[in-house]
Amino acid sequence: MKKDRREFINTCFRFAAGASIIGVAGVLANKSVKGDYLWQLDPTKCTQCGRCATSCVVTPSAVKCIHVYDMCGYCDLCGGYFRPNVKNLSTGAENMLCPTGAIKRTYVEDPYFKYEIIDELCIGCGKCVKGCGAFGNGSLQLQVSHDLCVNCNECAIARDCPSDAFKRVPLEEAYQFAGFKTNKKI
Amino acid sequence: MKKIFSIFSLFVLLIIDFAAFAQTQRFPRPEFESGYTQPVASMPEPRAGIFALVDVLLLIAALSLITWFIHRKRSRTGVVITSLFSIVYFGFLREGCVCSVGSVQNVVLALFNPGYHIPLSALAFFVIPLVYTLFFGRTFCAGVCPLGAVQDVFLLRPVNLKKWLQKVLGLIPWIYLGLAILYAATGTDFIICRYDPFVGIFRFNATFFMFAIGAAFLLISVFIARPYCRFLCPYGVILNLVSRVSKNHLSITPASCIQCKLCENSCPLDAINKPVEVKQMEGKRSATRRFILLGMIIPALMIIGGWVVSNFHENLAMVNSKVRLANELLHFDSNTMKESLEIEGFRTSGKTKEELYLESAAILKQFYYGSWMLGAFIGLVFGLSLAGLTRYKYREDYEPDKGECVSCARCLKYCPVESN
Repeated sequence: MKKDRREFINTCFRFAAGASIIGVAGVLANKSVKGDYLWQLDPTKCTQCGRCATSCVVTPSAVKCIHVYDMCGYCDLCGGYFRPNVKNLSTGAENMLCPTGAIKRTYVEDPYFKYEIIDELCIGCGKCVKGCGAFGNGSLQLQVSHDLCVNCNECAIARDCPSDAFKRVPLEEAYQFAGFKTNKKI
Repeated sequence: MKKIFSIFSLFVLLIIDFAAFAQTQRFPRPEFESGYTQPVASMPEPRAGIFALVDVLLLIAALSLITWFIHRKRSRTGVVITSLFSIVYFGFLREGCVCSVGSVQNVVLALFNPGYHIPLSALAFFVIPLVYTLFFGRTFCAGVCPLGAVQDVFLLRPVNLKKWLQKVLGLIPWIYLGLAILYAATGTDFIICRYDPFVGIFRFNATFFMFAIGAAFLLISVFIARPYCRFLCPYGVILNLVSRVSKNHLSITPASCIQCKLCENSCPLDAINKPVEVKQMEGKRSATRRFILLGMIIPALMIIGGWVVSNFHENLAMVNSKVRLANELLHFDSNTMKESLEIEGFRTSGKTKEELYLESAAILKQFYYGSWMLGAFIGLVFGLSLAGLTRYKYREDYEPDKGECVSCARCLKYCPVESN
């Protein structure tokens, strides 16, 4: 008799627990999304503070500078490549703005130069992005590189970002460039 | 061919858009004469969405497998094998994300924040272990959770803690859970993920802080069974509650207990309840008095807890970046202080100070109510565990404590009874 009562109470609680699990699952399944959300930064909000280079749980950071070639002016005096007030426009290390030398400058035709980012060297500090945005077209933009990003539940850079530029984006909008709409389907 | 086409279409698009570009760009894109082909901006693709489904399927497979090992095969070796698989896949390969422990926060954020859409995989990782626990006990903890599994395989020299210490430390996960819910509900932070001790080890590269606490936990878990699971894990306490009413929990003996006492000290988690020798019922009078007393103590504890924690709601809210920024701006003096990156970022965002102050006031208000609820919750947990200590339990056989037991199957081999 005693045992039966205990079992009965247990069964009641079990059904209550089961019902609440199903309830929560049902409510949330309605507003859930298929597939993962990804972290991406909004270049229009980014202030190039340099924290992307240090706050990421991955070293070197999963944030990289991506060159949107369609926006590039192919300038000889590139604000993203050269330090301010350089004496001669050469590829000497003393002239470079990038602390890791991750930008490759190649001659195309007079007076244009092509700038490429070497992803392996880029640490995502955003120095070149700041320079290009200040003096050029803003074709260098910081973006989360999704092959490197481990997609933390809560992005460590988003937590430290002073300009609130990080947000969760759906898979279809994995890259968010400012001033240029990508027509490549991902 | 496809590539050529995409470059070509890009080029066409560019010509169409050129007028618009020329207005916004300082230096228009040059017209090359040397036949230069422009490279496409590198956009490495993210992990395909199908893999989220693979994660969920593997979770279900691992859970079914370990439940089968525990309940049917009664084999500890099977549990170890599944543990190793979980450590390798959910730990090292998936680098500790997505995990059920952290998914609590996604669920809370989705419940409180209408703008956040929870990924289906995170929801599945929250719900599926709960369902299994409701039927079979905490088989998820036994070896599917990579955090539990990595501690379990390190347990080489188990030392039993004093009972009172276990009870006191066992209250910490409730507080941790309450805090995690408060911070997730206000959209402030995911503290469970932030202070996840093992993710640093699973990822090989993490900050020194993350790595250090992970190493410390592993060192402790050589002697003390599953320190994170028992004394910190916020998901564990939810599973603990569900497991108490589970339908088919693991039993130590396959048939009926002969009270040989062989399993008595086999549990490293101290989750085996001993039989009570004499059936001694509490008098009706004393039981009534105890009931009334608890009925007064528990609400009192809840009110005291709520009041105490709500006094600290401003301190709790300082974790929120908006509140912190508003506070910083309020005390900012441009003559003597250097502008921090936060203030610089705020200035360029174009938001006014008043907007920010209003926002942070709203968040403070959320924290005020939230901290009352958190305090009341902590008071309730303290009161109920007090009530649990005074409750009289009668038991004839050696049984696992359905709440605390993680079904690691260590005790099974101590039982000499053959199944019939």
